[in-house]
Amino acid sequence: MRFLKAFGRFWYDFIIGDDWKIAAAVLTALALTAIAMTTGLLSGSILVIVGAVALFLFFVVSMVVDVRK
Amino acid sequence: MQGTTWGLVGSTFIASFVEFVEALTIVLAMGFTRSWRSAIAGTIAALVALTAFTFAAGYALSTWLPEAALQLVVGTLLLIFGLQWLRKATLRSSGLKALHDETEEFANQAAAARAAGSDRRFGIDTFAFVVSFKGVFLEGVEVVFVVITFGLSAGNMGGAVWGAVAAGALVLVLGAVLHRPLSMIPENTLKYGVGLLLAAFGTYWAVEGLGVLSSEHHSLEWPGGDLAILVLLAGWLLLSRLLVATLPLLRKEMAR
Repeated sequence: MRFLKAFGRFWYDFIIGDDWKIAAAVLTALALTAIAMTTGLLSGSILVIVGAVALFLFFVVSMVVDVRK
Repeated sequence: MQGTTWGLVGSTFIASFVEFVEALTIVLAMGFTRSWRSAIAGTIAALVALTAFTFAAGYALSTWLPEAALQLVVGTLLLIFGLQWLRKATLRSSGLKALHDETEEFANQAAAARAAGSDRRFGIDTFAFVVSFKGVFLEGVEVVFVVITFGLSAGNMGGAVWGAVAAGALVLVLGAVLHRPLSMIPENTLKYGVGLLLAAFGTYWAVEGLGVLSSEHHSLEWPGGDLAILVLLAGWLLLSRLLVATLPLLRKEMAR
């Protein structure tokens, strides 16, 4: 059990790092882009451009939240 | 060699270089303050563990995942790593976070080593061994992920591996010659650059890989193909400079 906890902690620290908001921003932007794609709302070049813009926006939001704390 | 491949090898080299510099600082601190034999034993043990990890992770990723899923997974990982680096670089450039200093890091590690108790097993100082092992393994796993993700995604594992090997060899030679932490390396600037590169490549592959969730399960296509990476790089650079300029104003406003 101790090993599993340490193993999980290692990967959490490694992937999420010292600011969970970055991982949350990336996953949220990608999830919204995926929803826009699977529902047929967007497609083609517009879809990938919107995906990139979503990543930019959510990164800014995470940084602003970080600094305002 | 194509421009994309140069970009990948360069990114792998710089990212690995920065990680190896951090690992070297830890090993030097243990060697100088505790025991060179134990610090080197910990380093060798970590390198053996890293080799096994690299083979296992590389095999699992390339065997079990279809191309678009691989792009999504590795792109997302690159994005998270890259944006973590970009976040710190942006905060440091805007003066909201102290600059990383290898001399200070060395002093902290050395102080912790002096304060730790003495416990020897099989003639090896346990503290020096464990700290060296953890330092080299953790920094090394990051290098391995960068190499695997860049290598597999670009279909050029050889180039990515050589980028990392060259960086490791250079740090090793510099460490052996200078015998002190490599504080003269402009680490903060390098990290900023690597953060931008990882974020640009990560965005490209992660969004491309979202195609695995479509009915055709094929990768999405960027307008302009690989050239889109340059546009993304410029986009992340511009955004980070805007944040460097505006975040301190936001902090001041909050302080009022």
